[in-house]
Amino acid sequence: MSVRVSMKVNGKPVSADIEERTLLVSFIRENLRLTGTHVGCDTAQCGACTVHLNGKAIKSCSIVAMQAEGADILTIEAVAHPDGTLHPMQAAFKENHGLQCGFCTPGMVMNALDFASSHPNPSEQEVRESLEGNLCRCTGYHNIVKSIMAGARAMAAAK
Amino acid sequence: MHAFQYHRPTSSKEAIGLAGQKAEGRYLAGGQSLVQAMKLRLSSPSDLIDLGTIKELAGVKVSGSAVEIGAMTRHAEVAASAEVKRAIPSLAAMAGMIGDRQVRHMGTIGGSLANNDPAADYPAAVLALNATVTTNKRKIGADQYFKGLYETALEPSELITAVSFQVPKRGAYMKFKNPASRFALVGVFVADFGSGNVRVGVTGAGPSAFRQTEMEKALSAKFAPEAVAAIKVKPDGLNNDLHASPEYRAHLITVMCKRAVEQALK
Amino acid sequence: MTTSLIGARVPRKEDYRFLTGAGQYTDDVALAGQTYAAFVRSPHAHANIRRVSTDKAKRAPGVIAVYTGADLAAAKVGGLPCGWLITDVKGQPMKEPPYPVLAQGKVRHVGERVAVVVAESAAQARDAAELVEVDYQPLPAVASAAKARSSGAIHEIAPDNVCYVWALGDKSAVDAAFAKAAHVTKLEFVNNRLIPNAIEPRAVNAVYSRADDSTTLYVASQNPHVERLLMTAFVLGLPENKVRVVAPDVGGGFGSKIYLYAEDVACTWAARQLARPVKWTADRSEAFLSDAHGRDHLTVAELALDKDGKFLAMRVRTTANLGAYLSTFASCIPTILYATLLAGQYTTPVIYCEVTAVFTNTTPVDAYRGAGRPEATYVVERLVETAAREMKVEPAELRRKNFIRQFPYQTPVALCYDTGNYEATLEAAMKIADVAGFKDRREQSLRRGKLRGLGYACYIEACGIAPSNVAGSLGARAGLYEAGEVRVHPTGTVTVFTGSHAHGQGHETTFAQVVADRLGLGMEQVDIVHGDTSKILFGMGTYGSRSIAVGGTAIVKALDKVIAKGKKIAAHLLEASEGDIEYDKGVFKVAGTDKKKTFGEVAFAAYVPHNYPLDKLEPGLNENAFYDPTNFTFPAGSYVCEVEVDRETGATQIVGFTAVDDFGRVINPMIVEGQVHGGLAQGIGQALTEGCAYDDTGQLITGSLADYCIPRANDLPLFKLDMRETPCTHNPLGVKGCGEAGAIGAPAAVMNAITDALGVKDVPMPATAQNVWRAMHRA
Ligand SMILES: Cc1cc2nc3c(=O)[nH]c(=O)nc-3n(C[C@H](O)[C@H](O)[C@H](O)COP(=O)(O)OP(=O)(O)OC[C@H]3O[C@@H](n4cnc5c(N)ncnc54)[C@H](O)[C@@H]3O)c2cc1C
Ligand code: FES
Ligand code: FES
Repeated sequence: MSVRVSMKVNGKPVSADIEERTLLVSFIRENLRLTGTHVGCDTAQCGACTVHLNGKAIKSCSIVAMQAEGADILTIEAVAHPDGTLHPMQAAFKENHGLQCGFCTPGMVMNALDFASSHPNPSEQEVRESLEGNLCRCTGYHNIVKSIMAGARAMAAAK
Repeated sequence: MHAFQYHRPTSSKEAIGLAGQKAEGRYLAGGQSLVQAMKLRLSSPSDLIDLGTIKELAGVKVSGSAVEIGAMTRHAEVAASAEVKRAIPSLAAMAGMIGDRQVRHMGTIGGSLANNDPAADYPAAVLALNATVTTNKRKIGADQYFKGLYETALEPSELITAVSFQVPKRGAYMKFKNPASRFALVGVFVADFGSGNVRVGVTGAGPSAFRQTEMEKALSAKFAPEAVAAIKVKPDGLNNDLHASPEYRAHLITVMCKRAVEQALK
Repeated sequence: MTTSLIGARVPRKEDYRFLTGAGQYTDDVALAGQTYAAFVRSPHAHANIRRVSTDKAKRAPGVIAVYTGADLAAAKVGGLPCGWLITDVKGQPMKEPPYPVLAQGKVRHVGERVAVVVAESAAQARDAAELVEVDYQPLPAVASAAKARSSGAIHEIAPDNVCYVWALGDKSAVDAAFAKAAHVTKLEFVNNRLIPNAIEPRAVNAVYSRADDSTTLYVASQNPHVERLLMTAFVLGLPENKVRVVAPDVGGGFGSKIYLYAEDVACTWAARQLARPVKWTADRSEAFLSDAHGRDHLTVAELALDKDGKFLAMRVRTTANLGAYLSTFASCIPTILYATLLAGQYTTPVIYCEVTAVFTNTTPVDAYRGAGRPEATYVVERLVETAAREMKVEPAELRRKNFIRQFPYQTPVALCYDTGNYEATLEAAMKIADVAGFKDRREQSLRRGKLRGLGYACYIEACGIAPSNVAGSLGARAGLYEAGEVRVHPTGTVTVFTGSHAHGQGHETTFAQVVADRLGLGMEQVDIVHGDTSKILFGMGTYGSRSIAVGGTAIVKALDKVIAKGKKIAAHLLEASEGDIEYDKGVFKVAGTDKKKTFGEVAFAAYVPHNYPLDKLEPGLNENAFYDPTNFTFPAGSYVCEVEVDRETGATQIVGFTAVDDFGRVINPMIVEGQVHGGLAQGIGQALTEGCAYDDTGQLITGSLADYCIPRANDLPLFKLDMRETPCTHNPLGVKGCGEAGAIGAPAAVMNAITDALGVKDVPMPATAQNVWRAMHRA
């Protein structure tokens, strides 16, 4: 009972024979060994598994890999510039101490990237609302909110 | 998650055909409810029939008095749709209150209505906006659609293709969120179609969404917050859980309805 | 290199890997021949096990092995030990029932492990776990502490379900003081049970090497050495030198990853049987059932005051719910870490506290961020605020009247505070929070249909646990020092090995600041290594806000040894006497001359000892040190919370939160503020949203994040922080610790604000909209 799945991940075509029941997040973590995408819950609350599917933030724990057949997936591993320079959003997290244990961080950044692309200068309240689907237990969100506000502005300025 | 077989039909017809053959099969829309349930091994279909690539099921059409939304239209698309915002802004706003951004990028109206979670938001809109649920077989009126806890008028393998909402004169949705799940602890959708025709859809409070006729009557007489502020809803039959007792839910129905009316009048 | 690194907002060294997805958490570790474990867990809160049948499971696809309690018993695998012996009021040791790794004939809480399946894939292990047939004979269960004593015995050795009754303080003096009090304030409340929920679930990956008969365990742990010690010495009987425990990147702990868990032992044991790596990563649902919970006290507290508002005495009776078994440090939390904090910031002359600790059919309870101290602060600060309202005194005024102002101060509950300035933090907090403008804001809120309230909490905590001999006399079964090693490489770069463990706290940065500052090196020349028993000489790990005060001090001691040896080497190289050598900013100098050698030159000489006093000095520059603190440290602070309550729904919004803390000297304010933010969020979570609930049959109602509400971004405000520094007097850095403060002070501040808004005496935590609405309607 296995099927072939193919998609583009971080710009590279990938395919594999997988069990139908493989979640997208398991495909990313186990098959592709891209372990930057995390799993923090089993009820789709925490957002640690957030990746982009065709440019939109989704929870990769909440769909089976087959649902992403033919799709373009972006994970945290490919966000920084190929030379290793941090993306402005990542840099904003670092500057504003928007991470502690780092476990929620990839999901936070992936969601923030998508959010910022349509919110070049978000208010504190907008940012808080955008984080409805991302849990952090370490930071109290204070510095995450600041990071995303700064990161969104930096992204807009870089355009 | 238990093992299953996966199918990706490219047309509704093919999907329905597959569903007819697989007694334990299920349609897969966004997966935001179904995959969740399967992960927790609460649901174990033999087959998943993915509707994701069926183009004809997605999209928004506005025609004078109605807004028709394809079953596979994502919550985020409804929330952002300029057409929906123009015709029924309260509906777009409601779609934007579902879950979170990531869930809204995947979750669909068809999936939400087929699933009929007692705390889902769309059912309140369907009732208040007197929507028609179109399936491959028939058109089902809002008042005939919801049958009980996770139960609808849908027959096995019946496929929702679109949902058509009537455009009200004004309306609003007020949601009191369950703090943990962010579903509706109580959600009230109020729609005023003019000439004394007001509909009030309530979700989250009972086993399935329902219309609050006492409030409808009061608002039909006078579309103003005061009209409902003093109505004491009976707690009998309302949901009871950790987050809200039937009494508290009953109280919230009144408060949310009043606030929805205030919002609609803004 | 002129500006000091101490007190600087240095960006974190660890961020790059986390931001680019390069962190290595336990579940990210994949080993050749990897297998996966799944646990069969009890669906009953209390039941006898008549039979466990594993035949079907063993035949399922991909299954390698299935083990039950009988297998572990046959292999003589021991139970999980408790690390702290409490002696009860009658001088008897606490009741210590066996805590089996896999159930032995009986289960005592929902989620207890009955069997473990090992298979080729995680999905196959799960599938097969469903095929293990367990014949249960359900027994009556009890979940609440209040009912524990009148319920059937959970353990044979504790027929009334009491683990111990313990007391601290002079009861007759307290009773006498109450008898002549002008006013007595009394409160009765539950300190709600919490579920830690670090976002990384617990995980283990154990591997056995037949080549050298060694076992390596990757585990999401806050203290790998303690994990190894407990597992080898008490449970598996393995030689410690054959076991390596690695705690790689750990995604938050908050206490829940301190303990030795049964899953860790089971996977390690299974890996040795199978000679293949065995991995287990908790689902969130499993985490809810099996991670140690926190708090869960039922308390009656009284404060006696004279007519002028001077505190005369405090009397506290608490029933603490320990859950079904004694977790690693469970016994000391509601006793040693709780009753000793009841003086708070005040001169209350006599205090008596009695604690009855009971077993129930619930998940074991242990330290969770703050551990005992949030409960104590809640008692003190709710009492003080309530007393002020009852006596119609400004709450801040009543506090001032009773503040401790002379240090050192010996409390009536065993602790001796070395330093502090409580007035300073309170005054600063009131200014920042604009307490003076509150009346106006309250009016404005009222006009918008909202009730506004303001509440204070002035907390004290005891951190940097502890002098080992004192802890030992109180029942600790381990030392509480910390170890550090400074390895200078021949080219002058430095690797520091610390027994502390970081799981979000940023030690790789903070400790590097301490080292770079003291040695006068650049941050990039210093690396901090933690979390691996094969690299680090020893460690007690990170909890109780002890890392910088104890772990940091151990490093400082090792640094001092490095400098001392460096001076000897420099003296030789510079042909001066050792006493004339000064070390400053990376340079060894002969005092009063311009003769000097850089740190790098000295290091090089130490490793390439061609010109070196080999007759007097060993080559190399590598020093280690152990540090055992002489006292606790006593961070303190003042919090002011402002809330708005929706009169119609009861929904409460935090509209202002000010925290002014005194952590002694602060090494990196950016990181320290982050710690406060996180602590506040958890404290506010306890007050507003988080409450673990069991039904009467012992089923966990809040078993997922869809039911148990940890705060989201939208539930919290931007915090206003400030700090005051009274340096700790007994460690060289003057540091006190900051990891738990927020969680300790916030609950009382929030609840004082809500009760103020509502004008009621008490609202139960968590103050969910429904609970607040009910309180309004009762009032
Ligand atoms: C974290 C989280 C928060 C959420 N919060 C909310 C919330 O606040 N409010 C809310 O309303 N919802 C909420 N949801 C649910 C979400 O809206 C789901 O999208 C929705 O319930 C199901 O839609 P789906 O497209 O994902 O359907 P799926 O999960 O794919 O399917 C659901 C069910 O519908 C059936 N089905 C799907 N499409 C059709 C069709 N066209 N015809 C017939 N049957 C069909 C499937 O067979 C299945 O039984 C939340 C979900 C998550 C994960
Ligand atoms: S792991 Fe996907 S939301 Fe938690
Ligand atoms: S940084 Fe640890 S969970 Fe967010």
